Amino acid sequence: MFGLDKKDTSLLIVVALLTLLAPFILNPFPSDSAMAQFNAGYPDLMQRFVIFGIFAVGFNILFGLTGYLSFGHAAFLGVGSYSAVWMFKLLSYNIIPAVVLAVIIAGLFSLLIGFISLRRSGIYFSILTLAFAQMSFALAYSVLSNPKFNLTNGETGLQVYADDPQWLHGANMPDVPHLFGLSMRSTYTLELGPWAFDFNTGYYICAIVMMVAFYLAIRIFRSPFGMMLRAVKSNQQRMNYTGLNTRPYTLAAFVISGMYAGLAGGLMAAMDPLAGAERMQWTASGEVVLMTILGGAGTLIGPVLGAGFIKYFENIFSKINDNVLHGWFAFLPDGLEDFVVTIIHPFVGKGWHLTLGLLFMMVVIFLPGGLVEGGQRLAAWVRSKRNKGQDDETTGKTEPAE
Amino acid sequence: MTKSDVTRRGVLKSGAFAGAGVALPTIFTASSAAAYTNEPTGGSVTLGFNVPQTGPYADEGNDELLAQQLAVEHLNGEGDSGCLNTFTSKALKGNGILGKKVEFVTGDTQTKSDAARASAKSMIEKDGAIMINGGSSSGVAIAVQGLCQEAGVIFMAGLTHSNDTTGKDKKANGFRHFFNGYMSGAALAPVLEKEYGKERRAYHLTADYTWGWTQQESIAAATEAVGWETVNNVLTPLASTDFSSYIAPVLNSGADVLVLNHYGGNMVNSLTNAIQFGLLDKVVNNKDFKIVVPLYSELMAAGAGENIKGVFGSMNWNWQLQDEGTKAFVKSFGEKYGKPPSNSAQTCYAQTLLYADACERAGTFNPCGVAEALEGFEFDGLGNGPTLYRADDHQCFKDVLVVKGAENPTNAYDTLEIVEKTPRAQVEYAPDHPMFAGGDLGSCNPGA
Repeated sequence: MFGLDKKDTSLLIVVALLTLLAPFILNPFPSDSAMAQFNAGYPDLMQRFVIFGIFAVGFNILFGLTGYLSFGHAAFLGVGSYSAVWMFKLLSYNIIPAVVLAVIIAGLFSLLIGFISLRRSGIYFSILTLAFAQMSFALAYSVLSNPKFNLTNGETGLQVYADDPQWLHGANMPDVPHLFGLSMRSTYTLELGPWAFDFNTGYYICAIVMMVAFYLAIRIFRSPFGMMLRAVKSNQQRMNYTGLNTRPYTLAAFVISGMYAGLAGGLMAAMDPLAGAERMQWTASGEVVLMTILGGAGTLIGPVLGAGFIKYFENIFSKINDNVLHGWFAFLPDGLEDFVVTIIHPFVGKGWHLTLGLLFMMVVIFLPGGLVEGGQRLAAWVRSKRNKGQDDETTGKTEPAE
Repeated sequence: MTKSDVTRRGVLKSGAFAGAGVALPTIFTASSAAAYTNEPTGGSVTLGFNVPQTGPYADEGNDELLAQQLAVEHLNGEGDSGCLNTFTSKALKGNGILGKKVEFVTGDTQTKSDAARASAKSMIEKDGAIMINGGSSSGVAIAVQGLCQEAGVIFMAGLTHSNDTTGKDKKANGFRHFFNGYMSGAALAPVLEKEYGKERRAYHLTADYTWGWTQQESIAAATEAVGWETVNNVLTPLASTDFSSYIAPVLNSGADVLVLNHYGGNMVNSLTNAIQFGLLDKVVNNKDFKIVVPLYSELMAAGAGENIKGVFGSMNWNWQLQDEGTKAFVKSFGEKYGKPPSNSAQTCYAQTLLYADACERAGTFNPCGVAEALEGFEFDGLGNGPTLYRADDHQCFKDVLVVKGAENPTNAYDTLEIVEKTPRAQVEYAPDHPMFAGGDLGSCNPGA
């Protein structure tokens, strides 16, 4: 289907099912149970899952295929967000012009940065992109937000005010981001017994965009262009010696992944019309690197899984406070309860970074291919159990990560 | 290139797929029976406490969280009831709010607007929080205030000192108990005039972001009004940790007062640098050189240690005040946590009680009803003396403290001493004052 082979089609269908059924999958626990703490199926987090999924898929086109490790991708995300909010301020709350402009501006910006940074490879490239991203952050945070020329509104973040022009704003249009009148905020809550499932318009729009983005990524991975990018990763010098100029290919990959980042940034602003400078900071750039490596660099679905994993920790684990812990362990005798809570305390709430760090270490050490490798090993193990005694061909065989 | 086989059947199939995808969200249009966002239906009501638990202001955030937990205890009738006994409004009975038991959820703002909005959203969307309280930075406060306005819940701001929070960024669903840059200037200027004289030349170092600018503008205006001259204003990048290169030019500028519009770690570093350069031992224009830090916090005072001795600044509240409200709050906070509360803790505690009280008086949790109950509300007994929640901009008006670094601290918490309690009348301003102009409160949004 859609010009994909059987394996890729089934992968696309799996992703489609996962995203479309996310409200069910992410809310497995009844909303009044103690386990409801672990439910992740509320609109904001689901939107974040798919938006960061897009961001990571795009990043993977650069990092996974060419091996160029950009440490400044958050800059494109931020530029996308700022462009989108400016569209809201100038035209209307309709998300189409906002997202389109976000992609275009991020593309131009990445063309500029890529043109300069790609003159170097390896660690020098990473440092150059990091430097550009930090420059963008500083510009957005203070330089471009002075009262005389306020492009970014600095620390407060760019937002839409009641006295903004909004030239195309229709009288009966909602005062929140919308798609031809369909508000991004509107949520339908389906209550089935003790379960509650949220179906949010904004989420489904992001989900559809992500499926398209994912499909494009598959096509790029399988195209001759993608093959050329892989060749750059395996031996760029050799390609140069054969008389092939690799720069246009790497630059194209850089711009494509920059546009993916811009798309993610634009969608982020469309879901929540505020663009803060922090999303350009180097920690945000590092986050997408983590997502990609955690999920499996160079694999198609890995970055999406990695993005979901990190966002889940950031939003769910960070909210488990001592009160919640005491609630869980209330059945234990007092002294023991306090003891157990003291043990767990450093790993949840404000300590979520610690838990994430430990898990990241374990993944990198034991599963260098990321979560995808974990899945493959599990599948291979199941298969070998089933085939035990018949043939031992598949045992211990690990698929390469890409 | 890849072979693209576009067939009629293929196009139709993809078209149908895409069409179904586009049509899908339209069946999920908003349909809700609730009268307002997160209307509590069970026996409990959930408040959302959004404070920085990681990042530069984590200590302040944790102090705020302690105070908020204490407030919840008091609202539920546990502990010694703290300020419920001294609060002039007697609507709160210690049986929760409107008979519903108070529960709370917490979130980490990380002192980033984005993260703060994400955690506030998750509390509103997932946990059903009816009100958001807390925060330790103006950027975050303004971002979260905007979110609460859109989502239709009440925002009770924590520590936010920028004029913009209740100025050009004010929102109908947002309320601020903390004081602001203008009030700092209005309170400090007369004291500075009395201590240092009318003819002073001030040099400003200002953190280069929204809060820094509004505070610098306020302080410069207030000191110029008493006859001071502003020699220069230098903006310093927020990420700076070493201010030596900014301090050296101060000596050659002919200025005899240095005003540090810095907060948190910035202020600790810039003040330490200034002391290391021996500014306080210099004599310029036949006057002793002086340093002023307009916005103080206990945390900064502790961080700067010896260096703050005799340095003037302003505060919203201090635990050493002797009124009944302060005594009650400091006593229950101290008994529970073994230390005196900071002024950011006090503002969050007061805001939580004020919200609960407004619900009781309005008889509903509906944000519009609560906002109406808070607007123009006069109260006392929460530690700041007689206070007014002004209806025009949702800013509290109350006495402002002018403090200075203690000369002879007797213990670890006795770092600041109160110089003057500036009366409320002196720090009041018109709602359309130029420093606060440009915003629009809008109308209250109950959500759903």
